[in-house]
Amino acid sequence: MSSHSNAHVAHHFENAEQQRQSAQLGMWIFLVTEVMFFGGLFAAYTIYRSLYPEAWVVGSHLLSIKLGGFNTAVLLASSLTMAMAVHAAQTDKQKASANWIILTMLLGFVFLGVKVVEYAGKIDHHLVPGPHFFVDPMAELAKLEAAGIQVGQHLRHAFEGANPNHIQLFYSLYFAMTGMHAVHMIIGAGIMLWLLVNTRKGVYSSQYFNPVEVSGLYWHFVDIVWIFLFPMLYLIGRH
Amino acid sequence: MSAADTQLAAGDPPKHYLNNGLTIRSWLLSVDHKRIAILYLISLTIFFLLGGAAAALFRMDLVTPEADVLQSETYNKLFTMHGIVMIFFFLVPSIPAVMGNFLVPVMIGAKDVAFPRLNLLSWYVFMTGGLIALGAIIMGGVDTGWTFYTPYSSMYANSHVILAVAGAFIAGFSSIMTGLNFIVTIQKMRAPGLTWFRLPLFIWAMYATSLVVILGTPVVAITLVMIFVERFFGFGIFDPALGGDPVLFQHLFWFYSHPAVYIMILPSMGVVSEIISCFSRRRLYGYTFVAFSSLAIAVIGFFVWGHHMFVSSQSVYAGLVFSFLTFFVAIPTAIKMLNWVMTMYKGSVSFETPMLYAYGFLGLFVIGGLTGLFLSTMATDIHLHDTYFVVAHFHYVMVGGGVMGFLGALHFWWPKIIGKLYPEGWAKFAAIVIFIGFNLTFMPQFQMGYHGMPRRYHTYAEEFQVFHVMSTAGATVLGAGYLIMAAYLFWSLFKGKKASANPWDARGLEWETASPPPTENFLETPKVTQDAYAYDMPSVTCPPGAKSEAERV
Repeated sequence: MSSHSNAHVAHHFENAEQQRQSAQLGMWIFLVTEVMFFGGLFAAYTIYRSLYPEAWVVGSHLLSIKLGGFNTAVLLASSLTMAMAVHAAQTDKQKASANWIILTMLLGFVFLGVKVVEYAGKIDHHLVPGPHFFVDPMAELAKLEAAGIQVGQHLRHAFEGANPNHIQLFYSLYFAMTGMHAVHMIIGAGIMLWLLVNTRKGVYSSQYFNPVEVSGLYWHFVDIVWIFLFPMLYLIGRH
Repeated sequence: MSAADTQLAAGDPPKHYLNNGLTIRSWLLSVDHKRIAILYLISLTIFFLLGGAAAALFRMDLVTPEADVLQSETYNKLFTMHGIVMIFFFLVPSIPAVMGNFLVPVMIGAKDVAFPRLNLLSWYVFMTGGLIALGAIIMGGVDTGWTFYTPYSSMYANSHVILAVAGAFIAGFSSIMTGLNFIVTIQKMRAPGLTWFRLPLFIWAMYATSLVVILGTPVVAITLVMIFVERFFGFGIFDPALGGDPVLFQHLFWFYSHPAVYIMILPSMGVVSEIISCFSRRRLYGYTFVAFSSLAIAVIGFFVWGHHMFVSSQSVYAGLVFSFLTFFVAIPTAIKMLNWVMTMYKGSVSFETPMLYAYGFLGLFVIGGLTGLFLSTMATDIHLHDTYFVVAHFHYVMVGGGVMGFLGALHFWWPKIIGKLYPEGWAKFAAIVIFIGFNLTFMPQFQMGYHGMPRRYHTYAEEFQVFHVMSTAGATVLGAGYLIMAAYLFWSLFKGKKASANPWDARGLEWETASPPPTENFLETPKVTQDAYAYDMPSVTCPPGAKSEAERV
């Protein structure tokens, strides 16, 4: 450890290594709490899905797999740019790091923008839970057939058997889960802004990059949540 | 002469954390873990008084079988307020946020917790949550009970549920911040030579508590969010009309709130380990068993929540498993009990105030724990469920265990925290008053619960009056005990005798620095060369032959 690295060591730490390890462990523990936080929603999802599989099939079919798939690609790309930002910060390429952070933030905004489009569509189609919620599974089935999609026996049974109330339950969970994820994305964008300002100010170097590193962990975590949400909400109900 | 004593003798007045900056700003913006502990102590005392006042009001009303002082609606709001304030704003943070904040860094020889600013933030978050919950009470109150059961809380309750839920939600984040801070601090910031098995058992207890906090609290947080979206946006996650299941709320709620009992009791167990070892002048018997039993309680405690739902539609088979696991969690607790008693056996046991609270803890917690077994037996639970028996049981655990531990800790470390000695005679008197008052309050509740008096009822059958009168009389004695304690502790702030670095001739790093400690705790980072509780060796700060200061008083 070089002597000038001590400038970044807070008064209560012995050395930079202790500080770095503490920052990392702290973030990992925070992510554990996040897993438990989302875990409550995942538990509710699992229980209701096992109780009302038909409603889940219909609910999934009413979500846009194109928008969801596009957003998944956007988030995966943002994880790459985030990793590049951390790497650049570690290797004293702070200008490159700033650019990668900007790119990460932009991809985050693209994701949120697409999410707004999706939510708006749901509002238009009365799929927001509450007094205005309305869904007619048979009409939706007819739409699928009109669109030229081959409807198998299995799928037909699901649409015939689904109770609109249970579909509302699906949408309650859809909005709670994706909404909570979006809140995390917004906080993540705020963190990116803070990192950008500090990077521009020259706070980080190969001697001190803990905030970039642990923010990266947070960003990847939020991505991973989506990697679970996308198949759970959009994909598996289609089979 | 140790470094701490030299410092005491040389400087006049010595620089320590209390006089290092005297402005209000220097307190409210301090990142010193010791000052944050004091901020918590003051705020928790206020919450404790509020929660106690609510209890005093409804206990007064319960003297007669009819409603006399309160309307039923007010009665419901008062017991809800008592529960919310005492659990979320006193018991959960009590020992961790006050004693843990003060002691964890000092006991492990660190200058501060790993994230001092996060620590300060936790206090602000806690106060925000507390003020929002108080706001709900001032605006008219909440009547759901502290458990916020759906669908009552999500649909029917005509009171300020959203605000109270928001308060509890926000306060949860402050305990997460504290728990996260403790885990990182204990993992990464121990002094050289302080290996895991040399740590004081209080540290093990805080570590286990923090694990429960970080794993449990987020679950209740998201559960409260679900109530919020249901009530505010009209989503229907627990709405039976949509096929939602209100009992799912109970599962998610108790997944946190049963482990939360261990958040309230594990720290007390750590405190009792310190006190019993000190006042028996012996190494703690079976150190590793006590350490691992804390972790065992933390882990097993996560698999017992279903015992709250034996009578709410849970399957008998699930009930059997939860019943078995609940018995199972009693084992590590019993191990601790055995070890404490074995520590006292053939030790030089004495009767200072902290030790009186430790004795109180042992006796009351045994009753609280064993009556827990009545309730975890499905057959007897059918009879006892939702009666005063349950109320008495959890008060024996939370007050007899949690609060006794907190008061023991407060007295044991008061000289270290404040630098002054409290008056021992008054303190012993108050400890005995509190013990008698507590038992008089809650012992009759076992009896009336067994005879079928349901909890949370405003009016009751006349045959229960004698028990209620006893209970209210006991609560009065208990309240008097608390007030005596508050009075002499406040008095000792100004008039108490100066405490030396180690008034109890105790072992542990916190006794090797000055009382009160300097801002960064130690003048130089201590090196640890021996196990905890080396009462068979002379203390660093209290040379052999010198009587402890408490004895000289």
